[in-house]
Amino acid sequence: MLQNYVPILLFLICGFLFGGVLVGAGFVASALLGNRRADSEKQSPYECGFEPFTDSRMKFDVRYYLVAILFIIFDLEIAFLFPWAVSLHRIGLFGFLAMLLFLAILVVGFIYEWKKGALEWE
Amino acid sequence: MSELLTKLHAFWSALTTYWISLPFAWQLTLKSLAGIVAIMLPLILTVAYLTLAERRIIGFMQVRMGPNRVGPWGLLQPFADVLKLVFKEVILPTNANRFLFITAPVISISTAFAAWAVIPFSNGVMLSNANAGLLYILALTSFGVYGIILSGWASNSKYAFLGAMRSAAQMVSYEIAMGFALVGVLMASQSLNLNDIVLAQNGGFSHWFWLPLLPLFVIYFISGVAETNRAPFDVAEGESEIVAGFHVEYSGTAFAAFFLAEYANMILISALAATLFWGGWLSPVQGWHFLEDTPLAFLVHTSFIWFAVKTCVFLYAFLWFRATFPRYRYDQIMRLGWKVFIPITILWLVLEGVAIVLKIPPWFA
Repeated sequence: MLQNYVPILLFLICGFLFGGVLVGAGFVASALLGNRRADSEKQSPYECGFEPFTDSRMKFDVRYYLVAILFIIFDLEIAFLFPWAVSLHRIGLFGFLAMLLFLAILVVGFIYEWKKGALEWE
Repeated sequence: MSELLTKLHAFWSALTTYWISLPFAWQLTLKSLAGIVAIMLPLILTVAYLTLAERRIIGFMQVRMGPNRVGPWGLLQPFADVLKLVFKEVILPTNANRFLFITAPVISISTAFAAWAVIPFSNGVMLSNANAGLLYILALTSFGVYGIILSGWASNSKYAFLGAMRSAAQMVSYEIAMGFALVGVLMASQSLNLNDIVLAQNGGFSHWFWLPLLPLFVIYFISGVAETNRAPFDVAEGESEIVAGFHVEYSGTAFAAFFLAEYANMILISALAATLFWGGWLSPVQGWHFLEDTPLAFLVHTSFIWFAVKTCVFLYAFLWFRATFPRYRYDQIMRLGWKVFIPITILWLVLEGVAIVLKIPPWFA
């Protein structure tokens, strides 16, 4: 029933509008009601009162990237599990064993990354 | 007086004929908009009083008073806070990517609100009876990460950047454990529709999914605390290390948007925990017929009250955690998410699958 998704779309639009109005109103209200004095110290990035030492577009740890890749693999797996989980009562033993095989392959990959140290954070 | 009544009656019948004459698309749109307002306004009020409740409750836990000056028992404190935030200047840092800097809080808040479209407040009372409700919620919680990582990147500040990286990695890690826990609920309920999930738990306290899926419930709720970056998983904004994390450059209402989103997400996680594992709007004393003739009869029936009570219990747990536990170290958080929760959830899914295939009573028969 596609019409059930119309309220969802409208809610997303309303959410964006509400957020936009909230932030936009903040700009207008603070300009009208409060002081607005721009100075370079105030508008520079916060760095505990120092002048910023270097650019903040700095190198970051490759492990964050690794986590993101692992997340994609596992999240896809969950997306595959959803329809299976809903219909497990109907597909019975064969469906269960098929998904067990799929999970086993993924668990092998999971053990591999574990042993490789991809999950270590020191 | 009777003249006024007839006028009102005529007005009402004119309104109903006008409503019937409207095309279906307009009826749907107007009904949805009314529903959205009916969800958003109470939600915003709940967020406002949740901030007050948090400060008061943690205050009492630490043997202080908490805010008690604005209005009786501090009840007007949230409005004072809003007024203050509106008066504050919204600073745009010079190095910031302006478009993304402003978009990020909007994304955060819209995803935190829009997820409420598929939550059942009482039997069948939900904005959208979408059959893929849980999938939609999973999609939106994934989308919420964008608000945080965009804000951290667009601020062009080192603290914001570090906070956003930490927060994004933490949120996606716990999302996997949470996703697996949700798959367990799906296996037991055979439906993605949240109302059907509640109906699948029909039959009283011991039929709710918390009992057969106890490890999944515990993992779901802890992951929920980590997802919302709440204590003890609040390294993303750990004030002793990176000041305030991803929203360090935000002020005024732009900051308020992040604040609102965080608390709306807390309420969402609590409402989901109540719906998925604790029977949603079902009554825990369902079937106690001897109560029917007493003034307590309303307790036996399914109603919004039970949904609200369960949600509040979980919200209280959020505050309790914050007052009780010291902050986790980042490597401990990642170890818990990847090396403890994911293996346990996979194992439990396999066990549950066996139980369903073999139709083991009492829950999977």
